[in-house]
Amino acid sequence: MSVADVFAACRAEGRAALVGYLPAGYPTVDEGVELLTAMSEGGCDLLEIGVPYSDPVMDGPTIQAAADTALANGFRLRDVFTTVERVTAAGGNCVVMTYFNPVLRYGVERFAADLAAAGGLGMITPDLIPDEADEWLVASEKHGLSRTFLVAPSSTEERIASTTAASSGFVYATSVMGVTGARDSVNSAAGQIVGRTRPHTALPIGVGLGVRNGEQAAEIAAFADAVIVGSAFVTAAEQGGADAVRALAQELAAGVASVGRVQPA
Amino acid sequence: MPEALVAALDELEAAYEKARHDPEFLTELDRLQRDYVGRPSPLTDVPKLSQYAGGARILLKREDLNHTGSHKINNVLGQALLTKRMGKKRVIAETGAGQHGVATATACALLDLECVVYMGEVDTRRQALNVARMRLLGATVVPVKTGSRTLKDAINEALRDWVTNVSETHYVLGTVAGPHPFPQMVRDFHRVIGLEARAQMLERCGRLPTAVAACVGGGSNAIGIFHAFLDDPGVRLVGFEPGGDGVETGRHGATLSEGSPGALHGAMSYLLQDEDGQTAESYSISAGLDYPGVGPEHALLKDIGRAEYQPVTDAEAMEAFALLCRTEGIIPAIESAHAVAGALRLGQELGPDAVILVNLSGRGDKDVDTAAKWFGMIGSDESAESADGTAIAEGVVQEPAGSFADAGSETEGIQA
Repeated sequence: MSVADVFAACRAEGRAALVGYLPAGYPTVDEGVELLTAMSEGGCDLLEIGVPYSDPVMDGPTIQAAADTALANGFRLRDVFTTVERVTAAGGNCVVMTYFNPVLRYGVERFAADLAAAGGLGMITPDLIPDEADEWLVASEKHGLSRTFLVAPSSTEERIASTTAASSGFVYATSVMGVTGARDSVNSAAGQIVGRTRPHTALPIGVGLGVRNGEQAAEIAAFADAVIVGSAFVTAAEQGGADAVRALAQELAAGVASVGRVQPA
Repeated sequence: MPEALVAALDELEAAYEKARHDPEFLTELDRLQRDYVGRPSPLTDVPKLSQYAGGARILLKREDLNHTGSHKINNVLGQALLTKRMGKKRVIAETGAGQHGVATATACALLDLECVVYMGEVDTRRQALNVARMRLLGATVVPVKTGSRTLKDAINEALRDWVTNVSETHYVLGTVAGPHPFPQMVRDFHRVIGLEARAQMLERCGRLPTAVAACVGGGSNAIGIFHAFLDDPGVRLVGFEPGGDGVETGRHGATLSEGSPGALHGAMSYLLQDEDGQTAESYSISAGLDYPGVGPEHALLKDIGRAEYQPVTDAEAMEAFALLCRTEGIIPAIESAHAVAGALRLGQELGPDAVILVNLSGRGDKDVDTAAKWFGMIGSDESAESADGTAIAEGVVQEPAGSFADAGSETEGIQA
């Protein structure tokens, strides 16, 4: 299985992919595995397993608080590999989303090797731009991991071109300027950034930041190749545990499936 | 650095590159530095303090006499003028001790910019005077309640604001850390400290100093005074980091002395971190030095051996604070007291022929509550106006001929 395989399978069903985020170790390592597995069973095609970090400058209060909880409950970096391994064994498809300093500290090559060995499919790096990613470009090739970099509404055409060229698996388009967190309405900027990115790449384009219900998921699934949901899963986990995240995944998956998609050329 | 900020950083770099070669910009900045800030700041001989430094001659570069009370205004005026040139109307800033926040609020009042300052909740308490000053100047102060609730977290929150509001907002970063072009630009705006001091030294003493001492948190005042002396190989450049309770206790902020390479806030530098790359919580009595990262140029100067960095504990800094108050009538910021303590240490090491230039980066008005508590003049829940007597530092001023190392043993007595 690879990230490309995941997207190919969704495309074969004529729909976008549903990508769900949860930090590893939240609220504990064991419960985190249970929650992620429930998200997968509920219909997440791909799981973004976050690495709790002390200084999450791209995250809003919901994910910050979840990361703090995981760290306070003793999360260690190596736990992300056991989480990936266990969730993969339970049938989930996992990529890791992490700020880069923990990876630097662990060793980029060693991190890539251990992630691949655990069954991880790739990594999303919200505070790493391709210009500064030489070591990761090499390690990801060597270990067959996908590299997802982010494009933003403020990105120039040149930067969208260079960022997508350095990416593999899928590209992450942030739909609004801002940090993570559920929002009531999906900004029109989402369609614009996908539209601007599309001519530069054949890779699937996922849209994140702000989605919290099936209706919004359907709205985004109409023009993006993946709907990425984070804070809403954290809130559901906090309020209702595995049953709640499974139910949210089902609602979002239904929203995504309700929109037929023309297969991209 | 997140991709979402790349465009803003590129815009800033372009605006700065243009401005730094534009006579109109430079003339306006010079005019403000002269007529508004009061530059050049004086160089003050402190012969009575020198008696505690083995007789070495000590001179203070008086950044504490700048308008707003610290060196921070140098950088802020430059960035505020740039903000106007970029056509942005809103400014955000982080602050630790509040000196950068006050300077930013001041420049925004002067130049008609909206100002929001993020400050760790812990720091809003220990620097309450500066919170009031910022509010008087029209700024909105946002207490930050995440993480360690100090400077690091204030920067996190400012970055979150910036990424959300980047099109109309400029982030006036207050130190030589963060992503390019901040370390270079902030340094350039502070170079005036060293350029003035070097000329003043030559005029006053007919020679360059043996050593230059400065405190280092993020490192802006230190880089500002060091820079003019980089090509003077005979001048030792020594940065003094917050040693807190002592580096052996783990409660400190001595990033260059004790840290390891890492990435924080868009800069690769030394960092206090655990083995998983989680940022460690720094500690210092001084809010302005309480930061687990440090500017990347200091990391370079350390690695190439051009500058050296040593920790100074809370106790050493407060002893130097007391000495400067009582011997010379100058109340320093606790941040700057770390540099004074370092100068006393250097004097003992270098002997009476040495000439030591100290960057007195700020004044201590904001620190009177902290100092009064430290010296036992008031209880932990009282404020400074309750203090009576002159308990402060009686112990340390009694034996000026004694070595500072000897005087150090009296620290406990002062607190008792």
